[in-house]
Amino acid sequence: MAATIAGFGALTLLVCLAAPLVGTTSIHLARVFDRTIPFTDNVDAQVFFVARLPRVLAAILVGSSLAVAGVVFQAFLRNPLASPDTLGLSTGATLGAVIVITFHIDTAVFGISAVPIASFLGAAIALGIVWAMSVARRHGTSTTVLLLAGVALSAFFGALNRLVQVLGDFTDTFRSIRWMMGSLDVGSYTDVAVSFVPITAALVAVATLPRVLDLVSLGTAAAESRGVDVRRAERLALVSASVLTGSAVSLGGPIPFVGIIVPHIVRLIVGADHRVVLPAAALFGGTFLVLCDLLARTAFGAAGMPVGAVTALLGGPFFLWLLFRRFR
Amino acid sequence: MRRRALRTIVAATVASLAAVFPVRSVGLQADGDPGSVRLQADRATVRLKPDTTNRGTSTDGGAHRIISIIPATTEMLFAMGAGDRVVAVGSYDRFPAAVEQLPRVGALLDPNVERILSLRPDLVIVYGTQNDLRTQLDRARVPYFPYVHRGLPDITQTIRAVGDRVGVSAAAKTLADGIEKQLADVRARVAGAARPKTLLVFGRESGSLRNIEASGGVGFLHDMLETAGGIDILGDLKQQSVTLSTEVVLARAPDVILELRYARGDTTAASDLRAWDALASVPAVKNRRVLLLQGEEFVVPGPRVGAATERLGRALHPDRFK
Repeated sequence: MAATIAGFGALTLLVCLAAPLVGTTSIHLARVFDRTIPFTDNVDAQVFFVARLPRVLAAILVGSSLAVAGVVFQAFLRNPLASPDTLGLSTGATLGAVIVITFHIDTAVFGISAVPIASFLGAAIALGIVWAMSVARRHGTSTTVLLLAGVALSAFFGALNRLVQVLGDFTDTFRSIRWMMGSLDVGSYTDVAVSFVPITAALVAVATLPRVLDLVSLGTAAAESRGVDVRRAERLALVSASVLTGSAVSLGGPIPFVGIIVPHIVRLIVGADHRVVLPAAALFGGTFLVLCDLLARTAFGAAGMPVGAVTALLGGPFFLWLLFRRFR
Repeated sequence: MRRRALRTIVAATVASLAAVFPVRSVGLQADGDPGSVRLQADRATVRLKPDTTNRGTSTDGGAHRIISIIPATTEMLFAMGAGDRVVAVGSYDRFPAAVEQLPRVGALLDPNVERILSLRPDLVIVYGTQNDLRTQLDRARVPYFPYVHRGLPDITQTIRAVGDRVGVSAAAKTLADGIEKQLADVRARVAGAARPKTLLVFGRESGSLRNIEASGGVGFLHDMLETAGGIDILGDLKQQSVTLSTEVVLARAPDVILELRYARGDTTAASDLRAWDALASVPAVKNRRVLLLQGEEFVVPGPRVGAATERLGRALHPDRFK
C-alpha cells in the first residue's frame, strides 16, 4: 500500500517539477534563478513564476479536489455515475460566475476577481441546500431521493444560468461560455492561496473517512452494524466533498471528466480499498490535470485550448484502454 | 369519440397557425419576369425574386417598416437618415438614444419571431447565421437582409448594400464615403511613424489577468488597429478573438496594451489596469503604456468605426494628432 502511494507521489512530483519548465516559450533555468538580473527585466523568471508555476499549482489543487470529491460522492451515494456535479454544486458555482460576468459586477475584493468569489458563493448556496437535504435524510430520506434532488437542483441552476445568459450582452455570453470551458491560467498566487485553505481543510476531513467509505460502499446497514455513525460520517463527507468541489470550480472553472472518471481509473489501478484510493485519487487527479493543462497550453499554439476540452480528449481514450485491458 | 378529438386538434392547430401568420388569403401567380412570382395577400402585394445574391428575399421598392436586430445595422440606418423607418430593434441596441423608445424583438440567440411578424415589417435585418429565423421569415414571406460580421472594409460595403435595399442609396453612399475618408485620414496621419507592437484586449476578469480576450489576426478590431498604426502581436492567429495566457503576453512583449471597455457606468476600469503590473517585464507595463479606451463604439462595427479608429490612432500616436 505504501509503495503504491509512494509511486503515485513520485509521479506527481516528477510531473510538477517538469511542467513549469515546458511551454510555448523557451526559458533557461539558470536565467530563471539568476538573481543578478532584476525580476522586472527577467522574462524567463516571469514566465516561470508568474505564468507557469501558479498554473501548475492551480492544476494540482483543482485536479486533486475534483478527484477526491468524486471518490467520496461515488462511495456515499453508492453510485458509479456520481460526480462533483451530481448534487448541483458545479452548476451552482457556475451560476455565481455567470451572474457576475453578465451583470458586470466587476469589483475585485482584496485583489481577487469577483468571479471566483461569486462562484464559491454559488457553490455555498448549493451546499446549503445539500445540507438541508442531508438533514431531511436523517428522517429517512433515501440515497435515491438525495440523488434525484441533486439532479433537480442541477437542472434548476442550469436553467437559471441560461436565463441569466439570455439577459446579458452577446459579448458577456461569449465570456461566460469561455469561463465554463475552464482555465487554470490564474496569473497570481492570491487565488491559489485563497483556495488552498478550504481545500486543505476538506482533504484533512476526508482523510479520516477511508474505513467509513469502505463500509458505507457495502451499504449503510453493514456500516452501522460495524459501529459507524453513518449520519455523522455522511454529513462530514457531503460537506467536505462540497467544499472541495466549490473551491475547485471557483479556481479553475467547471472542468469536466476529472471528478467522475479519475476515481474509476484509480480504482482500476489500485483496487477498492479507500485507504489507497483516496490518496491515490488526490495525487493522480492533480497529476492528470497538470498534464492536461500542459497539453492545452503547448499543443495548440499561442491561442491554446481550454483545459476542459483536453481532459476528456486525453482521459476518455485512456480510461477505455484501461477498461478493456482489465476486462478482456 | 376519437374522431371528435382529432377534429378538435386539427381545428386548434389551424387556429394557432392563423394567429402566427395573419394572412387571410394568399395567391401565387407568375408574371412576365421568368423565375419571379407575385404574392398576393389581402393587405399588400409584394413582388418576390429568388435569392441569387445571398441577400435573402428581395423587394423592388424601398423599405419603410424595418426591424434591425443587429446594433451595427441599427446605427447604420439612423446614420443614413432612415431611423424613422425603424419600427423595432434587437435586445442589445443602445445607440442612438432614439432606439431606447423602440420595441425589442430579441437578438442573435433568441429572436422573437412572433413579435417580429406582429410588427408587420417590410424588411428585417438579421444575422446571416440565423438560419432558423431566415427560414421562418421565408415561410411568412417577409423580406430580410442577412448581415455578415467581417472586417473593416465590409462595414462600408454593408452600409451601401443596406442603403440600396432600404431605398436611401445616396445617403448611404455619402455616409460610407465619409467613413472611408475618416479611415484614410487616420492612415495618412500615422504613415511613417514607428508602429508599436500592440495587444488589443476587449475582455478579462477584473482584478486579475484571467481569461484575457484579445483581438486576433482577422476581424474589424484587427483592421482598426492596423489602420491606427499598430502592429497586432496576435496578427498571425487567424481568429477574430483569442483567449490569451499570461505566458503569451510575456513572450510576445507588446509595446502597448490597449484595453477596450464598453460597459456603461464602468467606473473601476482605470484602477483595474493595475492588474497588468504582474507582468513587469512587458515593455507596455514597464513604460506605462497600458491604456484604457472606453466606449461601445469599439465593439459595434457600425458608422462610428471611423471615430473609434481615430481614438485608437490618438492613443498609439498622440504626437500625430496634435
